Amino acid sequence: MRSHPVWLSRHNLALSAAAILSACLVAACSSSGSSSSAGNTSSPSPSNTKPIVIGASLSLTGDFSADGQAFQKGYELWAADVNANGGLLGRHVTLKILNDNSSPTQVQTNYQTLFASDKVDLAFGPFSSLLTTPSASVAARYGYALVEGAGGAPSVFASPANQSAHNVFDVSLPIVDELIPFVNWVASLPPAQRPKTAAYPMADDPFADPPVQLAQQKLQALGVKTVYSKIFPAENASYKPAADQVAATGAQAVVLGSTDVPTVAAFMQAFEQQHYNPKMFISAAGPDQGAAFTSAVGKGNATGMMVPNGWYPGYPNPASQKMVNEYVAKYGGSPSDVNADVAEAYSVGQVMAQAVTGTKGTDNAKIITYLHSGVTLSTVQGPVRFDNSGQNSSAAAFTFQWQQQGTAYKQVLPVSASGSVVIINPKPNWTS
Amino acid sequence: MARQIYQAIVDGILVGGVYALMAVGLTLIFGVLDIINIAQGVLVILGAYLSYSLETRLHVDLFLGLLITVPAMFVIGVAIQWAFIRRLRGRERTSMTLLVTYAVALIIEGILYEIYGPNPKQLNASYVQSSVHVFGFYLSYIYVYGFVLALALVAAIYALLYRTRFGRSVRATMQDETAARLIGIDVNRVAALTFGVGVAVTAAGGMMFGATNAFNPNSGYDLISRLLAIIILGGLGSIGGALAASVFMLTLESLVTIWSPEWAIVVFYAALVLVLLIRPTGFFGRQPVRAQ
Repeated sequence: MRSHPVWLSRHNLALSAAAILSACLVAACSSSGSSSSAGNTSSPSPSNTKPIVIGASLSLTGDFSADGQAFQKGYELWAADVNANGGLLGRHVTLKILNDNSSPTQVQTNYQTLFASDKVDLAFGPFSSLLTTPSASVAARYGYALVEGAGGAPSVFASPANQSAHNVFDVSLPIVDELIPFVNWVASLPPAQRPKTAAYPMADDPFADPPVQLAQQKLQALGVKTVYSKIFPAENASYKPAADQVAATGAQAVVLGSTDVPTVAAFMQAFEQQHYNPKMFISAAGPDQGAAFTSAVGKGNATGMMVPNGWYPGYPNPASQKMVNEYVAKYGGSPSDVNADVAEAYSVGQVMAQAVTGTKGTDNAKIITYLHSGVTLSTVQGPVRFDNSGQNSSAAAFTFQWQQQGTAYKQVLPVSASGSVVIINPKPNWTS
Repeated sequence: MARQIYQAIVDGILVGGVYALMAVGLTLIFGVLDIINIAQGVLVILGAYLSYSLETRLHVDLFLGLLITVPAMFVIGVAIQWAFIRRLRGRERTSMTLLVTYAVALIIEGILYEIYGPNPKQLNASYVQSSVHVFGFYLSYIYVYGFVLALALVAAIYALLYRTRFGRSVRATMQDETAARLIGIDVNRVAALTFGVGVAVTAAGGMMFGATNAFNPNSGYDLISRLLAIIILGGLGSIGGALAASVFMLTLESLVTIWSPEWAIVVFYAALVLVLLIRPTGFFGRQPVRAQ
């Protein structure tokens, strides 16, 4: 008879088990509500019928954890508001949120669990285009409408699953065109004030590249010479070498295809160390993260940094202002701390609520048909109307800029748009 | 083009210093304990957060703060070894420790999320953003200081290993644990202290990482595969090898970035495979004594 291996002692197994259990416990605590009901029970309570369970997978840990947790707040804030007003069709709304650890594999498993095992009534999308594409294929297989707020890359809508099921609906701004206001503004400048050269460093990500590549194409057509255009891995050992290469070009404008705050912060730090001050610096993502951005890069250095988006905390929309006030009351901070993820997530809930009300139920086939019917829905980000691919054709692209020594996040473009203030041009030198 | 190449080499050497600070603890722990500490990346981030707390709450300078964070991380290291690793024994101990240190990483990550939240932080000081102009290049002070710190730490660990009684015990344990026991060395004590030292030096790596990158509790996982590649290339257990391999790998990656940043990461790992084909023990690796 074969004896037990030495390592298979009770001691070792118990120790390993204890360590893993502790890890799971801490992980569970650290992402409170990640796999539990997030519905609000505040009065007045919806009538005591079976709740509507809405499933979502979010990146509560991993590379997208900052965005994922902001999305969780947005979903929960919406659910709390809905429940405080009697629920949906008189039914309480319960959120079931699973943590995908920012993994495209785990997100598929999570939606599989939500649809096959938990049999949730409705589905909200995950964070990022990278995770929405695999999620959409699972949702299509189970016949769910996947309403999402952060999967705007063209690859999401061009996926075979969505091409056949037409079940993905992005409530936010389609990302390809998000830099167009910036390009148009450059085009509007007198030739002498336009940048002569531009650099386009891009993270290897379906969200980051398409708008930057389109902007590059259009700026080149305006005569802005491209002096750097390279894609770097999304997970880099150090951004310094690439950033130093950009600095060495002396480009007058930098259009950075970034996905998060650390990427932008690394480029800004390297630029400052190289005494390189581009006249214009716009990033696909990062500066829109509110206090998370300014605390990482410093408020002084944030001044003049631009980012495209469809929403900002000062957005003159009563529902948006109400949401911002509720957010500040619940989570603290100031309105400028509320990042766009919260509004995107909240909008997802609003669109789904209107679809449920419009179809008088939670039949996903009817919801898909309803959302493709050309109906215009209202959200904290403004009107939403889906085209054939599921993109929001009513979304308006804006460009925002940090001003007043990094204390104010202002809409600056389009210049003619309501609410736009005067753009700071050129960007001030780094101030550290 | 020549200027770009020089710049890339300078960048590679300086960033290599930062990676060396993060890798020496990992290779020291492997050398003595035969443990691949999967928690190393998260411990780097823990070190960064400790520096962050000192900087933001007590306004302690990043380098001065090491006088506090290094001992603190030493205590944490000893505690981890005592609580989780000490009792693992037998032939499969190494693979079991992979599991246990991964669990430790999850625990630390969870605690950091709970305390600091998911938003990225970055360490700051006057010398973090500033630089000095030398031979036509701007050398950032933080990277220069970090590289000097890496050299000093490697020298200090060498002195610890080759000039002290404790170091003799460590080296004896590295060569043959059973023989070390037979000559009266308290191997358990050596293991605990070595794990503590390995984690303690990671505090310096964490501070440097946090000063040169924005980080959140999850940032450590991106580091671990590179750190493992570095210590394998340098020779498992070789402190100087970790420094040499860090500089070599990061310089290579930086050079490739000139032409194609996308390929830089591929070249990083391809270089590892190529070197191991020629020299299976890495740059400064020893023959596997324990297998003899």
